[in-house]
Amino acid sequence: MRLIQSIGEWLDARLQLGASIRETAEHRVPSETASWFYVFGSAAFVVFMLQIVTGIVLAFIYVPSAGEAWSSLQTLNHNVSLGWYIRALHGWGSDFMVALVLIHMVQVFLFGAYKYPRELTWIVGVFLLIVTLGMAFTGQVLRFDQDAYWGLGIGASIASRVPLVGPSIVNLMLGGPIIAGATLSRFFALHVFVVPGLLIAFVAVHLLMVIKLGINEWPMPGRVVRKATYIKEYHELTKKDGVPFVPGAIWKDMFFSAFILLSVAACAYYFGPFGPSGPPDPTIIQTAPRPDYFFLWLYAVLSFLPPSMETPALLIGPVVAILALLLLPFLSGEGEKSWRRRPIAVLTILLVAVALGTFTHLAEHTPWSPVMDAWSGDPIPSAFLHNRSALERQGALVFQVKQCHNCHSLDNEGGKRGPALDAVAVRLTQDQLIRQVIQGGGNMPAYGKNLSPAETTALVAFLETLHPTGQSPARDASRAVALGADAGGPPPTHP
Amino acid sequence: MTLPTGLTRRDLLMKLGILFNGIVAAILAVPIVRYLLSPVAQERKGGYELWVSLGNLEQFPSGQTRLATYRNPIVNPTDGDTADIACWVRNVDGKSFQVFAINCAHLGCPVRWFPQSGLFMCPCHGGAYYQDGSRASGPPERGLFEYKYKIDGGKLLIRPGEMPTPGHASNIVREIRPCA
Repeated sequence: MRLIQSIGEWLDARLQLGASIRETAEHRVPSETASWFYVFGSAAFVVFMLQIVTGIVLAFIYVPSAGEAWSSLQTLNHNVSLGWYIRALHGWGSDFMVALVLIHMVQVFLFGAYKYPRELTWIVGVFLLIVTLGMAFTGQVLRFDQDAYWGLGIGASIASRVPLVGPSIVNLMLGGPIIAGATLSRFFALHVFVVPGLLIAFVAVHLLMVIKLGINEWPMPGRVVRKATYIKEYHELTKKDGVPFVPGAIWKDMFFSAFILLSVAACAYYFGPFGPSGPPDPTIIQTAPRPDYFFLWLYAVLSFLPPSMETPALLIGPVVAILALLLLPFLSGEGEKSWRRRPIAVLTILLVAVALGTFTHLAEHTPWSPVMDAWSGDPIPSAFLHNRSALERQGALVFQVKQCHNCHSLDNEGGKRGPALDAVAVRLTQDQLIRQVIQGGGNMPAYGKNLSPAETTALVAFLETLHPTGQSPARDASRAVALGADAGGPPPTHP
Repeated sequence: MTLPTGLTRRDLLMKLGILFNGIVAAILAVPIVRYLLSPVAQERKGGYELWVSLGNLEQFPSGQTRLATYRNPIVNPTDGDTADIACWVRNVDGKSFQVFAINCAHLGCPVRWFPQSGLFMCPCHGGAYYQDGSRASGPPERGLFEYKYKIDGGKLLIRPGEMPTPGHASNIVREIRPCA
């Protein structure tokens, strides 16, 4: 023990760091900030440390070459002792880190911590969010599988829409005219050198400011921030009701960080590593690429935006969002901090959370995407074929063979791209059905060129049977007049 | 020593030092930036003008649409499988062809051909195209990208080179108008 102490003294006599470290550790913070609400930032930092360690050891095996990256991941998963576990830690660590950064940001926003004098801390925090998402995206690319390959294609397609310089950005991003070896190499450099370098620099500045400016006091309704008086009030608060950060507040950070690390370890152990999915061979086109969890909402947005709005939304949307975040502390740098007095802030968070949650949920089900194998894999439920005429059953065959089932569901089986057809005969008359099938419209392709008249007749005969028992199908009231008294009667109803 | 302007010798030397370092930084920065921009600067060099064979014409029966693959003409040793690109070849009537890029005109995912319904469908965001490549439905703003082709010595040749993207499709024949 004495030896350790004397080594410590010898080092400190030369490094001269002990006093300032002690001073930093023991700086006084308002006692209410020793709270379980103030632990998310430090937990994100600790997970980042884990990412550095697991990232470095993964780089011992990983080969950043388009020809070999995928097989080196297989080696990690199967041939290297616990390689799968390190990959799983790194993958789950990334999800936890993004989640913690977002939660930290929400807490900081709701507690008004971005207000004077912590504007720059918030701005650096916004940059930290951007580089954290940058790490998540570039990391997904390094898992050089089908999702990564086509994900890069999506990134390039978005970048290409930038006016004038779009094509040059694509070439810079891909390192050449196609997604290939140079693409992976540069994303490796970004993920391992450039973005982590920025992340470390931003974290250092962020932490420095947290220590210099003091941690945000617990917001009390009515305790209003004014530039003229705030700093004096804060110092009085820490003097009157302050505790030293170590050990007064840090123990909660330590417990929470340890709990988070344990959760990452548990998720990694139980759920294993992410992928890799199929090899990055662009000639294998039987694939449905999906982004990683934190970009799923974007995947849904890209499916729902009307074509004409897509380019402006893709190019202007992120700029507006980032600008809004950066300008926030300047637009409301003073005033109430408490969420109890800031209903719009609370509603904004709820709105964003509900929107992101809804889009993420939709992206997990992709109702906009045709179910590519429904026509061969999901038979028409027998209830729809019972007591049907030969023509109607022939129509059911056309329905399957022409892949209507890929986009339209019957009894909840099949695609969700178009409307469910269980009761289509109630909505559309015979003429409307024929027109819709042949000419399409309303986001449905026209099948006129692909259906013979006989096939169309059979298909429409089948569609006309799709109505609830006891509810007669839609019919054109003027049809009886136009075609004579007998022709317009309702078609036979089926039990 | 102080000059009449109030500038000391040390101040002057420090300013010259800054200037000297600035010049050296610029001399070093030019090649580094040039190196970084090489993917853009190389854009029009070689490879792009090459005709690449998709195989014998017999592989593409009249009236049918088949998947073809080629090795990208601009290729590096580390590219692995990624330089193998797929495309769709439609033999319209035995004489004329259409060669579509595999990439959806929306955001580049690989479209699949369904002969039964006569549609190309995209698995990502639900774009669909007719057999002639024109837009049928979904988020794409235009039809599929189409390569220039020629027939030489019984082989079908195309001029690929780069991944077509919505903002840049220089090797592409024309924009296909949707058949109303």
